[in-house]
Amino acid sequence: MQDFGQAFALALQLIVSADPALSEIIFLSLSVSLSAVAIASVIGLGIGATVGIVRFPGRGALIVFLNALMGLPPVVVGLLVYMALSHAGPLGWLHLLYTPTAMIIAQTVLVTPIIASLSRQVIEDFHSEYREQFVSLGVPLKTAVAALVWDARYSLLTVALAGLGRAVAEVGAVIIVGGNIKHVTRVMTTAIALETSKGDLALALALGLILILIALSVNATVSLLRLSASSRAYV
Amino acid sequence: MSNAGATLQRERVATSAVQSLFPLKVRRLVYSVGKQRLIDGIDLTIEQDRRTIIMGPNGAGKSLLLRLLHGLLTPTAGEVCWGETPRIDQARQRQALVFQRPVLLRRSVRANLRFALKLRQYTRAEREERLRHILELASLSSLADRPARVLSQGEQQRVALARALVLEPEVLLLDEPTVSLDPVSVAAIEDLLLAAHRRGTKIILVTHDMGQARRLGDEVVLLERGRVVEHSPALQFFQQSNDPAAGSLCKGRKFVC
Repeated sequence: MQDFGQAFALALQLIVSADPALSEIIFLSLSVSLSAVAIASVIGLGIGATVGIVRFPGRGALIVFLNALMGLPPVVVGLLVYMALSHAGPLGWLHLLYTPTAMIIAQTVLVTPIIASLSRQVIEDFHSEYREQFVSLGVPLKTAVAALVWDARYSLLTVALAGLGRAVAEVGAVIIVGGNIKHVTRVMTTAIALETSKGDLALALALGLILILIALSVNATVSLLRLSASSRAYV
Repeated sequence: MSNAGATLQRERVATSAVQSLFPLKVRRLVYSVGKQRLIDGIDLTIEQDRRTIIMGPNGAGKSLLLRLLHGLLTPTAGEVCWGETPRIDQARQRQALVFQRPVLLRRSVRANLRFALKLRQYTRAEREERLRHILELASLSSLADRPARVLSQGEQQRVALARALVLEPEVLLLDEPTVSLDPVSVAAIEDLLLAAHRRGTKIILVTHDMGQARRLGDEVVLLERGRVVEHSPALQFFQQSNDPAAGSLCKGRKFVC
């Protein structure tokens, strides 16, 4: 117990003193996850809006498929991205393996189905409310999509933040494609795994605390956004 | 006449030279869900100049008929012909429908009206002129920058009506727009409808409110179980109708089947 107490005190010291090694890991983690969520939002929102609004054969099956992809195991995604980026793989010529870009790709693959599936549900709900009015007004499809996305912006932001939560806390995929290389691809989750296995609980605990803080901040932001939106009757 | 009014007159002249929406002819119209015929072979001819009231008990098919007339639903059989206009979607572009529960965007009143205006080929100056004009007409100027969804139900319905009117439709279809509104809100809505009618807009209104039907109606179409049981001038309908269903409706009793 005493060791844990010491580790916790040391962890707090690392955070308060803005330890350079700790800061580097946090910065890389956030930049990888935010980049992945930004890319996944563009792709996922496009898929979500299309599937949410347009009716086509096989749409029901596609929705089931998208929902199933939300539960993609990170290690499987890591493995697939690894195979694609390895020298023998189809994208080997890009030499991206063990780089932050590879980690961004892996997290994008993980997060895109989540954003696509949740945004499809959001957009579909809004569309079922607006559909008859839009048809009556003669709203073109492009304008309708833009209006739906704009009006659903608070809900869609919540979707993106859910994606961020998934990305920043993920370890399986990034450790396979990133390799957990110090100063290059070491992010919070991979560092926690490594430091714990080495017995350096202080750094692991400090990173864990930061991760929990990020998770709490994301949730608090979501709650505040929804509160602010509902107080202005925009939800 | 305001600039918006002058533009409207020019548009009307131009449009009427192309294709008239009247008479509206409904022929053997059927709308079924499964084996149930919710609209059961309606034949109807509606002229332009009269304010038409559609009445009937719950489940008679009033709202369905309105949606079929506006082309929001495809008939199972029969046809809806708006004058010489060959396609119903072309006719719909010259109409507006106000729903029982207003569907407003999650934006300000002004943004809701501007959204509708941007769907037409108006210049920015024309848009702003029409916007200012309709806000005044619907007494919404003081509410223009408030989120539309925080307004009272009566105010929201006024916004929905203003959004319909700002496009200067030739036909205004209304599905019980004043249901559950207080008398002041009802009066405000009715004033807007009468003003629109004076400017030449055809009014087709679904209502349960006998008083409203008497105040606004020139003719009444009475539906029951998806069929037209009476179509007559309002005066005749309220005073001399021989149809038992119409008589029961006027006396506030349950329909005779």
